[in-house]
Amino acid sequence: MTKILMKGNEAFGAAAIKAGCRYFFGYPITPQNEIPEYMSRELPKVGGCFLQAESEIAAINMVYGAAGAGARVMTSSSSPGIALKQEGISYIAACELPCVIVNVSRGGPGLGGIQPSQSDYFQNTRGGGNGDYRTIVYAPANLQEVVDMTGDAFDVADQYRIPVIISADGMIGQMMEPVEFSERKGRPLSPKNWAVTGTEEKRAPNSINSLYIVHEELEKHNWRLDSKHKAIEKNEVQYETYQLQDAELVVVAYGTTSRVVRSAVMDLRKEGINIGLIRPKTLWPFPYKAFDEISEKVKGILTVEMSTGQMIDDVRIANNGRFPIHFMGSPGGSIPAAEVISERIKSIIRE
Amino acid sequence: MAEQRFIISGFGGQGVMLMGMILAYAGMLEGKEVTWLPSYGPEMRGGTANCHVIVSDKPISSPIVTKATTVVAMNLPSLSKFQGFLEEDGKLFINNSLIDVKPERKDIKDYYVSANDIAMGLYNSKIANMVMLGAIIKETGVVSHNTVEKVLEKIFHGDKAKLIPVNIEALKKGETLLLN
Repeated sequence: MTKILMKGNEAFGAAAIKAGCRYFFGYPITPQNEIPEYMSRELPKVGGCFLQAESEIAAINMVYGAAGAGARVMTSSSSPGIALKQEGISYIAACELPCVIVNVSRGGPGLGGIQPSQSDYFQNTRGGGNGDYRTIVYAPANLQEVVDMTGDAFDVADQYRIPVIISADGMIGQMMEPVEFSERKGRPLSPKNWAVTGTEEKRAPNSINSLYIVHEELEKHNWRLDSKHKAIEKNEVQYETYQLQDAELVVVAYGTTSRVVRSAVMDLRKEGINIGLIRPKTLWPFPYKAFDEISEKVKGILTVEMSTGQMIDDVRIANNGRFPIHFMGSPGGSIPAAEVISERIKSIIRE
Repeated sequence: MAEQRFIISGFGGQGVMLMGMILAYAGMLEGKEVTWLPSYGPEMRGGTANCHVIVSDKPISSPIVTKATTVVAMNLPSLSKFQGFLEEDGKLFINNSLIDVKPERKDIKDYYVSANDIAMGLYNSKIANMVMLGAIIKETGVVSHNTVEKVLEKIFHGDKAKLIPVNIEALKKGETLLLN
């Protein structure tokens, strides 16, 4: 299999088209503009449709429509743009429609800045839309994972009929790395016999609806969504652990930050300081069970995020009071340097 | 060398992003692990641009270069900003067509390439980056000349294929320059 040198944002687009995505609706925002650019160039070549909407809100509602008709559809944006899409995401979740949403995050709140950020952890995993819904959230740390996770995201979205968010940041979007597009196995999927595609008077009409005005029906609907969420929590957790066995301290980080942390961990191990790493690859469902692998001799846990501390809430839940938890954050769009992380780890160990 | 880490910097339009991309591409063709990370921001025309490139025998963790084995300064602001990122004994390439000062660092090896002047003599200043790239690959050994030629053939196709010979000429000029 030949390797291709590709930009992260282009890798999202290429992997989506390879996975059968034929519809893309979006609105420009830095640092993800190469995704719509790529889709506008490549989708027409495979008979697909690229449309630049008048706003993010329009784009997500076009996704809603295409998903309702059974299409493989994607949109992408960055933090404030994703905020605008939240209403649509809630409706898509309520109607149990599959779609893929890429969030190449930037600093916030508000317009914030355009540099890499992880301050959308809450927005991605908790959502800004109303109601008891969830979205599966993948967090690739390198471009091969961008390719693999984007491909899988369409299958997982179809299987559970749920919106899937891919959480990246400006560094993942802008950098280049070699990637391989191997043949995906793909999941066995049921036909989309729920889609609104016209009956041709041969069957009863399908309907896509999020309004349950009879409260018993809404309650039933929500418990059904809940059982789906429980199945996802059971089956779809992905994470990676690195040298937990002999670790004095365990660092938790995802995406871009996890790469810098890994550099720091490798440097420290050369100095004889044994540090472990837990890297969530799905942010929801969160890999709570990874923390069971931490041995009792660990002195503490350090969470490193490009935010003032969001994932740390899930780390606290996972830790359940076992070890002291420390935090290191950079909420202004700068990526912490490995040397700075190493120093912080050393100071915690010396305490 | 197991891992080489580059910071390549200049002003917008000097082709610093392309230099880095060619190094990464060539590294990949030679079966090495590579990353290319561009700076991006609300830059203006004539503002600074830089990229971080890592070429390694082993998988690369962070693509961010904080201790460079090589820094390439195509203009003065780049020299001021990035000489501090060089590790001890690191290589500093200075485009002395545009930079008339010496680096403050004394614990590094400095190389002087009149990239713009040589480029003007060959074709025009647009290929100054290729002159510099020739010097870089010669002195660092990060990738071979032949692989860079292969990359150029992949980058320049169609109408642009006619630019390959002049780029190769510039590359060769840069390679022989520092031997004197």
